[in-house]
Order: sequence, then C-alpha cells, then structure tokens
Amino acid sequence: MPTLSPLTSQAPVDPGIPWMQALLEAFSAPSPAPEAALALTGLPGRREEAWRFTNLSLLTQIAPRPLDPATAHLAGLPAPAAHTWRLPLEAWPAGGPKEWPTGIEPLSEPDLSSHLGQVLAETGVQTHWITRLNQGLAPAVIALRIRPGVSTCLEVVTDTAQLSGVQPLRLLLLVEEGASLELVQVHRASGPSLTSIGIEIHLEKGARLHHALVAQGSTSSALLAGTAVNQAPGSHYSQTSVSWGWGLARQEPVILQSGGNATTQLRGLHWVREGQIADTHSRVCFAGPEGKLDQIHKVVAEEAGRSVFNGCIQVPRLGQRTDASQLSRSLLLSDRARIDTKPELEIVADDVRCTHGATISRLQEDELFYLQSRGISAPQASRLLLRSFCQEVLADLPAAARVWNPLASLLEVAR
Amino acid sequence: MIRPDAPILLEIKDLHARIDEKPILHGVNLTIRAGEIHALMGRNGSGKSTLSKILAGHPAYTVTAGSVCFEGQDLLGLSPEERARKGLFLGFQYPVEIPGVSNLEFLRVATNARRQERGEEELDTFSFEDLVRERLQVVQMDPAFLDRSVNEGFSGGEKKRNEILQMALLSPQVAILDETDSGLDIDALRIVAGGVSQLAGPNNATLLITHYQRLLEAITPDFVHVMAAGRILRTGGKELALELESRGYDWVDEELDRLPSTTPVEMS
Repeated sequence: MPTLSPLTSQAPVDPGIPWMQALLEAFSAPSPAPEAALALTGLPGRREEAWRFTNLSLLTQIAPRPLDPATAHLAGLPAPAAHTWRLPLEAWPAGGPKEWPTGIEPLSEPDLSSHLGQVLAETGVQTHWITRLNQGLAPAVIALRIRPGVSTCLEVVTDTAQLSGVQPLRLLLLVEEGASLELVQVHRASGPSLTSIGIEIHLEKGARLHHALVAQGSTSSALLAGTAVNQAPGSHYSQTSVSWGWGLARQEPVILQSGGNATTQLRGLHWVREGQIADTHSRVCFAGPEGKLDQIHKVVAEEAGRSVFNGCIQVPRLGQRTDASQLSRSLLLSDRARIDTKPELEIVADDVRCTHGATISRLQEDELFYLQSRGISAPQASRLLLRSFCQEVLADLPAAARVWNPLASLLEVAR
Repeated sequence: MIRPDAPILLEIKDLHARIDEKPILHGVNLTIRAGEIHALMGRNGSGKSTLSKILAGHPAYTVTAGSVCFEGQDLLGLSPEERARKGLFLGFQYPVEIPGVSNLEFLRVATNARRQERGEEELDTFSFEDLVRERLQVVQMDPAFLDRSVNEGFSGGEKKRNEILQMALLSPQVAILDETDSGLDIDALRIVAGGVSQLAGPNNATLLITHYQRLLEAITPDFVHVMAAGRILRTGGKELALELESRGYDWVDEELDRLPSTTPVEMS
C-alpha cells in the first residue's frame, strides 16, 4: 500500500526576507523599530496594488551592504556647470562642509528635529515601502535651509559606478518664504547597486523650486526615489525627471498643496529596453482651493522594456476651483515592450477642472514617410522623431542639468 | 516644352497596385521626358494620389505588376529616401505636421542628403541659412516659418508654400505635385504656381495632379491625362483640361462602360 510522503513543513522562503534582514543588519538599523517589521515582510509583491506590475526581485541580486567607499567614484564626474554648487556628500559623516554658498545653510539641531519627517507624515508617504526602506537604512540626514537670494544651483550627485551594494541618501529642504532654488539631482549606476533616495521638501509661501532629476543606470542597477513636497499657497514646484537604463527605477513624487493656490508642474521622460522597468507612482493632493497642476509623463519602450505609470490626483472638498491636467504619452517601439498606464482621479469638490489623457503609439508612419520622402534615411527619421518626443520634456531641465547631457545619452540608447 | 528627342526621365509601364487586398491601379502607362509639364486629372478615387504615393515609395501600397523606370533605373527597387535623393519629389496633398522637429533643421538635413547623392559638398548651418533665405523668395515665404516645427500650425497655404520651398531646395529631376492647388486662395495659388513655373526647366519635368483648370491657367501643361478606375483613359494637350472643365466627367463613365474587359472587380 502506497504511503503519502510527509508534507514539507515550510513554504519556500521568499528570498526577499533574508535579503532584507541582511541589509538592515549591515546598516545596523535600530531594533526593535518599525524597520524590523519591514524586514520580516520581505519585499512587496504583486498582491500589493502599488507593486502589482513591478517585480522587485532584482534587489536580491545586489549585495545587501553599504557601498564602500560610497563616494570614491565621484572623481570622474563632469565638472559642475557655472553657478552650480555640488553638495559634498563625503563631508557629511564629519558634520558637513565648513563653507556654504550664500543663502544655503544647514538646518540647526532644534529646527531639524521639529521638521524631520514632518512632510513625510503630511503627505502620507511615511507608510510607503520605499520611504520605510530609506529610513531603515538610516542615512545621515542632509538638512538644508534655503533663504531668499540664492543665486547658485544646488547639485546632488550619487554615482555607484560598477560597485555592488546599497547607496542611501536622505535630504530635507526647507525653502523659506519668497526664496527660489534650482535643484539638480543626479544618480548614476553601472553595476549591481541600489540607490535609495528619500527627499522631503517644504516650500513656504511664495517659494519656488525648480527640481531636476537625471538618472542613468544599467540593467543590473536599481533606483528607488521618493520625493515628498508640501507646498504652501503661492509656491511653485516643478519637477523634471529623466531616467534611462535602470533594471528597476521606481519614482514616487508626492505633492501636497496644503492650502491650495499653488502651482505644480511634473515632467517625466523614461526610456526602457530589454530587462528594464521604469515605474512612476505620482500623487498630487489639493487640500485647498485654486491649485494648479500641469503633468506630462512620457515613455519610450524598446525591445522587452516595461513601464508603469500611475498618476493619482486627489481633490477633496476643500479643493474647489482646482485646475489640473495630466497627460501620459508612450511610444511602444517593439512588439515585446509593455506599458501599463493609469490615471487615478479622486475628486470630491464639485467645481474643478481636471483633464487627463493617455496615448500609446508607435512612431507615426505618416511622419516617417514624410521625412523619408525628403531623402532622410529611415533610422535618421526615427531619431529626429524620437528626439522631438524627448525634447518636450528635456526643454524643461534647468541649464545646470545639461552637463549631464541626457539627450545625447538617450539617443545613444536609440542607436 | 515638348522635345521628342529629350531624354526620358520617368517611364511607367502597365503599373498595377493594391492597398491591403484592394486593387487600385489597373495598368497605368505614362512617359515623361525632360522639359515637359504633365497634368493628371480625374475624379476623386480615380487613383491619382495612389499613383503619386507609389512613385514616392509609400509602404502601404503593393505593386503587383508593371514597372517604373526613373532616369534609366528601376525605381520600384529603391527605398523612399533613395528615390528622393536621386531626384524624385512628391509635393504632398496634405503635408504632415511634425511637432518638435524644427523646419530649418528638417530642410537642411533633406537638402544635404540630396547634395551628398549628387556629390556636392554638404552645407553647414550658416551656408544653408544663406541658401534657404534666397530660396524663400521663390514662394514669398516669411523667414519666421523656418523657426517653427515642420508644418505645425501652418495654414493650408503656408504648408503648400513650404512644400514648394522644399522642391526649390532639392531641385528634383521629376516633381510630382499632388493637388498642390487645393485649399489655396487666389493669391496663394498665384504664388505657388509662380514658384513651380520658376523651377520648371529644360532638364526637369513636372507632374501636376489637379482637379481644376485654375492651376493650369497659371502653369501651361504640355500634356493632360485623364485618369479613371486606376488607369489613364485619355491623353491630350492643354485643350483637354478645358474640355473637362466645360463637360465634366460624365463622359468618362460612358467610356468606362465601353471597356468591360478590365473592371476593378474582375481584376481582383
């Protein structure tokens, strides 16, 4: 008589759990802490709505330890553009740099403790997995106060080069009433590394921030970048994010117009090829009247590249006369590429104007033929059209971002 | 200008073509020599625009029989860009708007592709600007249009002028102008027609596709062809256009009825 072999007592272990445990241990995260719970649950999976289309298993291929030395490779980077101050990240373990440009200064200790984490709580991102992970890695917080009269562009650069490991960065910006700043955030990687970014920004009344994010990765590297912004009335925030090459790039810009009556502009351009996924989950909430949003999200997907866009716009009852527009435009250049795009509008106020649209297409055949009929070769015609597709977003990058030459790199990707 | 000994630039023999599964051309024959101006007339749907697109190499059409010889070589074996570089030009009925691509750069890249083919030196941005400003006069076009995106937000007349500007820059051997007169007011028509006449010479040829006698008053054709049901039904001189203007196309139907052998249905 055949007998049943005993069932194995344990389900196969999710490789994300030991990876997370090793990672938090290597970063000596305080325990017990909320981060401990984070470790036990491993990596978020497809059962969670926010991660339905994005698989995080690439992370387990990355050594779960700090990059060492984290800043060794910054030497080979292009020099900053004129009037640009590159944040000397290497100075932070020793308490930060001694000299600062006019109008940019470190936040004093009492200010820091009253502000740190505040925007994360207000925008609701402190429960997001990428925020918890970033906090779990407990990076030294770089906290800056921006006063009126700053004439320098602030540049923050990480480059993990070909190293394996994890590079965390946490930045807090307090932009004072009437102050104005250009922030260029650059992340580069060419090896199996994770760059974990947590940025919290408070824009006081009438403050302006022109924020650029230029991220160039490789198929073995991952970027998890959260940006939480609280905008007071009269403030202006614009973010232009360009990424290409990452095996995994997840970005979560979350903006709260706490009293409405502010302007927000979001621009995204993401290029994906074989083995790459670019995922943007954005959320803009209008907690007061007469706020404005202008959002354009663009994607070029080649080969078996994948892209996910979830654009949430929240207009509660207080958000009367909100004027928001969101447009998602994707180019699908191959039969194997995949694009998931979803607008998500939660509107309670009854007097609002919210438009949204999504297009997914190939390069327009009639445009290609028109160019070819003038003697322009098919590859050159494609490049012209792709360049114009990208240019709409790239034109919004501040001048200081051009030393990173994203257009040339993107078109090199296009061959 | 008809010169029987002038070299043949374009020779279309028994051309049959279809789009998807639908046959559209049913045996087109047409010979164009240097120095000649031809007008191709006919009702909507007779195959005029299809013929022009096939000559330019539009990928949506499939040639099922026949041949096209351009300056002695097989045109149908060439890609659209090779045809353009060798001197075949199609002026579009509906010029395409290309947002984000600068008109000036587009014109320069196209001009240089043609110059390269002819063994001429490519023009840098400065020399090209000189050239383009001079050629703008052919169509009396405002230089401001150079700084805009290709055809984007141009009026119908501006688009057509931009087409003739491209023709002026590319100096084609054979220019096919597909309803270049449609959507033009009297002044724009005069300017466009003037541009075309100015560019026509003893060494090139022009094929005008049009519905109206109006254009042919400004540009006198050497030959007028009437197209119907995918082939050329009749060929004559400029008086044929006048006859069409007064009689309309009803006689074409009668003539087609007398040709039962190759109706489109039977062809498929």
